[in-house]
Amino acid sequence: MADPEIKSYEPHHESQSAAVTESRPARLALMAVAFAFLGIFLLLPLIIVFNEAFAKGIGAYTEALGSADTRSAIRLTLLVAAISVPLNIVFGISAAWAIAKFEFKGKAFLTTLIDLPFSVSPVISGLVYVLLFGAQGLLGTWLKARGIVILFAVPGIVLATIFVTFPFVARELIPLMQEQGNGDEEAALSLGANGWQTFWYVTLPNVKWGLLYGVLLCNARAMGEFGAVSVVSGHIRGLTNTMPLHVEILYNEYNAVGAFAVASLLAGLALVTLVLKTLLEMRYGAEIAATRGH
Amino acid sequence: MEVRVANVRKEFDRFPALHDVSLDIKSGELIALLGPSGSGKTTLLRLIAGLERPTRGKIFFGDEDASHKSIQERNVGFVFQHYALFRHMTVADNIGFGLKVRHGPSRPPAQEIRRRASELLDLVQLSGLEKRYPAQLSGGQRQRVALARAMAIEPKVLLLDEPFGALDAQVRRELRRWLREIHDATGHTTVFVTHDQEEALELADRVVVMSQGRIEQVGTADDIYDTPNSPFVYGFIGESSSLPVKVENGEIWLADRPIGIAAPNEPSGDATLYFRPHDVELLDGCSGCIAGTVAASRRVAGTRRVELEIGGERQRVEIELPVDHPAAQKSRVAFRPGRWKLFPAA
Repeated sequence: MADPEIKSYEPHHESQSAAVTESRPARLALMAVAFAFLGIFLLLPLIIVFNEAFAKGIGAYTEALGSADTRSAIRLTLLVAAISVPLNIVFGISAAWAIAKFEFKGKAFLTTLIDLPFSVSPVISGLVYVLLFGAQGLLGTWLKARGIVILFAVPGIVLATIFVTFPFVARELIPLMQEQGNGDEEAALSLGANGWQTFWYVTLPNVKWGLLYGVLLCNARAMGEFGAVSVVSGHIRGLTNTMPLHVEILYNEYNAVGAFAVASLLAGLALVTLVLKTLLEMRYGAEIAATRGH
Repeated sequence: MEVRVANVRKEFDRFPALHDVSLDIKSGELIALLGPSGSGKTTLLRLIAGLERPTRGKIFFGDEDASHKSIQERNVGFVFQHYALFRHMTVADNIGFGLKVRHGPSRPPAQEIRRRASELLDLVQLSGLEKRYPAQLSGGQRQRVALARAMAIEPKVLLLDEPFGALDAQVRRELRRWLREIHDATGHTTVFVTHDQEEALELADRVVVMSQGRIEQVGTADDIYDTPNSPFVYGFIGESSSLPVKVENGEIWLADRPIGIAAPNEPSGDATLYFRPHDVELLDGCSGCIAGTVAASRRVAGTRRVELEIGGERQRVEIELPVDHPAAQKSRVAFRPGRWKLFPAA
């Protein structure tokens, strides 16, 4: 599936001067390399996914998707996304607001911290939760005594997913809000608006497309996350299996049709995300991308 | 509404932006805060608005101490240099915003808000643009909308931060006249910040000249221009030239020669002589004058500005000559300042 982390950075060239334009063969060669690369590494796998999924006909495909374990994996994935995405919207907006609009000690540290999930391997992110909440973990015995189960259960999966996806919304909003500054907010306050009205009528509309963009990427990652979730999930069929984990299990059982059928859903999600993302960039590109320093 | 700033000090991270500033603003007055960048004029305006809190000192609205009131409670109309219009709202919604966010009985019904917005648009001469978005307006139009928006809440005081700073010269002059008309029609107590002295002198009833976090002088355009009370004000307002001189027995000396100006009330000692380049009397002979060699000559609109090198130290001063004056061709020019002022040497 397409990696949602790959963003398109399109510099806005008004016009290209002849001096920096390559010769025609050079341009063709460059384009050929780019297209060949994308074809082999992105398009071909995508075709194979759908090809394998429908290898034994549409009946086998729907049957694979209809199995109880698969349905439960889909439900769990939707549930995890439904919990982690709204939480990350709240977190992302708060963090971006704090960083963009206020000066405080430790601001640089907070900014770095937000990027941490991008720089840490997801497997490590998962392991941290095992060390924290596992039976031998720091909080393990305390939680066990109170009958709270986090690891190898839905709460663990949700926590891991939140961790992995929390930069998306915040990183989208911070440059946008910094660029816009405090002027509009000060104007709203001077006109008598309270903090909440200022946020609702002024700040939020100013960043809505950037926010939607961030949410889209956040959601794609939340549904597609494998590494961190794999470590904390325990792979209990019908209970703690998300779609990406289920794909792996089915594949390891030589159930190619089942594995690729579920994979095709994820690939479909990626395609939908890609289309929405492109539409957003086309219509509100100026608002979203203008602030992404290039 | 009268506004009184009493001994206000403002520090940002221990760095003082204003030192002990006091200012009385009369009700209905149009007053300009004028100064170079970093003089603290915008800080003073934001303190009056409540966008900043004073480190020390008080701000009174009428007899009421407003120092610790929030910006919402102060009910001021603030106009920003870059308009700060809400880009996703129409012009009418922008103007009505301050009324829409009110609570309870003070909030007018939607229809009334629309009516008020249209009225204000008439006032700022933008009738019929209710449905436009800010992006569809020119800079001058945006600033008019911003002013209408600020006036919609019936503010006690109108505060404008470099209101014409982002506009080109032509629009600036037009809006300047227009702001004066609006002020005369509505009678709001109005404070505006500017670094453009022409704007301040032409528009304001009184001008507050600021420098380095202090108020240098407060007065009418005539006061400020004709009787500057400090070297800074003399140098900052209008064109000025200065020369180091010496006062002895009520006479002004330049190096070893008297310049023919009596200064009976000035204390003896080193001083700096200030005068306006255009306010000089040209002399033929020189018994008691300032004489110099023309070092550079520039044509400035209706006059010619020449730079003279004076005396052995080659001190440079500027004076203005008529375009066709023969002295412009001569290498040596003698003159005597008309109106002048002495400040003791620092």
